[in-house]
Amino acid sequence: MTAAPQEGAVPPAGPTRPAGAGPGRLELRGVTKRYGAITALESLDLSVMPGEFITLLGPSGCGKTTALNCLAGLLGLSAGEIWLDGRRIDGLPAERRGFGMVFQNYALFPHLTARRNVAFGLEVRGLAREQVRRRTNEALALVRLEQHADRHPGQLSGGQQQRVAIARALVMEPRLLLMDEPLSNLDTKLRGELRTEIKRLHQSLGLTTIYVTHDQGEALSLSDRLVLMRDGLVQQIGTPPEVHAKPASAFVADFMGYRNLVPVEVVAVENGQATVQAPGLALRGTAIGPVRAGGHAIAAVRPEDIACRRGGDGPIRGRVDVVEFQGDSLAADIVVDGGHRLYAVSSGPLSPGDLISLDVAPHRLLVYPAEGEARP
Amino acid sequence: MSPRQGLVLSLPAVLFLALAFVYPFGYGLFLSVTPRTGGPLANYAAFFGDEFQRASIGNTFALALPAALLCVLLAVPLAYRMRHGLRGERVLTALLVVPVTLGPVFIADAMLFYFGPVGWFNRTLESLHLIDAPVRLLHTYGAVLLAIMLTAFPFAFLLMLGYVSGIDPALERAAHMLGAGRWQTFRRVLLPLMAPGIATAFALTFVLAFGVFPSAVLLGEPGGSTRVLSIAAFQAAYERFDFSAGSAIALVMGALQLALIGLVFALRARLYAGPARGGKG
Repeated sequence: MTAAPQEGAVPPAGPTRPAGAGPGRLELRGVTKRYGAITALESLDLSVMPGEFITLLGPSGCGKTTALNCLAGLLGLSAGEIWLDGRRIDGLPAERRGFGMVFQNYALFPHLTARRNVAFGLEVRGLAREQVRRRTNEALALVRLEQHADRHPGQLSGGQQQRVAIARALVMEPRLLLMDEPLSNLDTKLRGELRTEIKRLHQSLGLTTIYVTHDQGEALSLSDRLVLMRDGLVQQIGTPPEVHAKPASAFVADFMGYRNLVPVEVVAVENGQATVQAPGLALRGTAIGPVRAGGHAIAAVRPEDIACRRGGDGPIRGRVDVVEFQGDSLAADIVVDGGHRLYAVSSGPLSPGDLISLDVAPHRLLVYPAEGEARP
Repeated sequence: MSPRQGLVLSLPAVLFLALAFVYPFGYGLFLSVTPRTGGPLANYAAFFGDEFQRASIGNTFALALPAALLCVLLAVPLAYRMRHGLRGERVLTALLVVPVTLGPVFIADAMLFYFGPVGWFNRTLESLHLIDAPVRLLHTYGAVLLAIMLTAFPFAFLLMLGYVSGIDPALERAAHMLGAGRWQTFRRVLLPLMAPGIATAFALTFVLAFGVFPSAVLLGEPGGSTRVLSIAAFQAAYERFDFSAGSAIALVMGALQLALIGLVFALRARLYAGPARGGKG
């Protein structure tokens, strides 16, 4: 914790602490986890600044939870090293690392009240009763659960349970906070609320945090940096704007909301601009990676980056197949003249069967080499 | 389901209970208070007035309590070790459950051969020159205790295994992350969650042990330290042919069991008894 008082409580909410100061500097070097012939995590290198919020993002089975459990000490490493503030820690058991962890299914002790759950770690540490009481109360106040402190987990809602779990981790003043998909068991509304709560806590406490999720929205809104993973391998590390605007591969693009991934042929590449075509489509976009003229490629574009209007006189013509109401906009599944389907968002009125014209700005269309042509 | 349907569906069970439990119990109670001589409580007075008869109560508890306690004490760590599955778990489970299928007489018979003066056990020790003459293992309190445990342990173990594997493994991980080592995790998290199961397993094995008869006769000292209540009842009913006195002793036996089970479950009710999971599964 940044400038953590030795004997004190969780600091009160305050201004954002600058990342990079104080303890909590984490270094992963070649962290690898194998199960027999299967490699769940392949040589993960990651350097985390004190106070940084890092999210490991990827589909299930990508190795993100494995990485988190290795970090926690709940799984042993097959190879690699973990360093925290200049001390090697990968040999330490979980209970001696002093990290806080929040679990997907909360993992509250069902036989203890919320208060006793929060006090658990302090009691294990053998702190004086008065200190346990004070710090427990402060942690409960931090997650705004004072009124429910004497209930058992079974009497609390999912969101309240996860707030208890967060307080239970924070009360220990951990050097590192690990969160394993903490929001994925909550319904949409609660998820948004608790997401803001987590962000607020991170802003005020400045704890170095490693967060695991498969939800790109969560990852983008919470993190200082994202680590995108697939099949145990890191695909891209970057800030949310970087990863959002310029995914390193078609896989990352797919994961970051580039819902339209069209296999195309590359006509020409010039100064990083690629001209590509597919039946019924002729597009210009930004080449990312080794895209060669005459080769196969994937063109990626987000639904909201496709401009569509009624009438069949634009560069790309298509017919609306399905329309979905989305509040202040409409989303449409469109069959383009060549037979490809595109998913686009329109602010104007659309109905199934409409003939429409589509257009994509070249800087919004990303062109990746096709898998097998060359990996980026 | 309407209340009426529920009533109809419960009929077979009610009928079974009435025929197999309520009637025999009532009949036994009736027999016990209609002794051959004396007032309605003469049998009870005779039983509690006779020191030799009274000793059978102590003998029974002296077998049943340690047996139940030991079974649970052994079953808890074993179930704990096996909670996440173990190599050869099925073989081990099968091995542990076999005694249930054998029945007490078969087990007693096997023990008679194995632990007898010329049984394998003594012969092996002799051939290893660990002993000079056969050790007396049979017809002792220990032999009966062992026989009871062989029969009762599988029940305790299976019950505990069910309880322990119902505990969310994430709770252990959460405890470790909060600085608790294995012992602290066991004492502060697993044991409290297992406690209701421990109480049930204890009650079950206690009842099994309390009714011990064949092994107490075949392997024990039926005239001495292992003259349990069931032997006293048997002798009254089938050696002195006094069914009334036998029924009275059987009822004493039932009342004592009920008292102890009541105590165990009263304690159990004060424990946490909710789900052993830490949130949504």
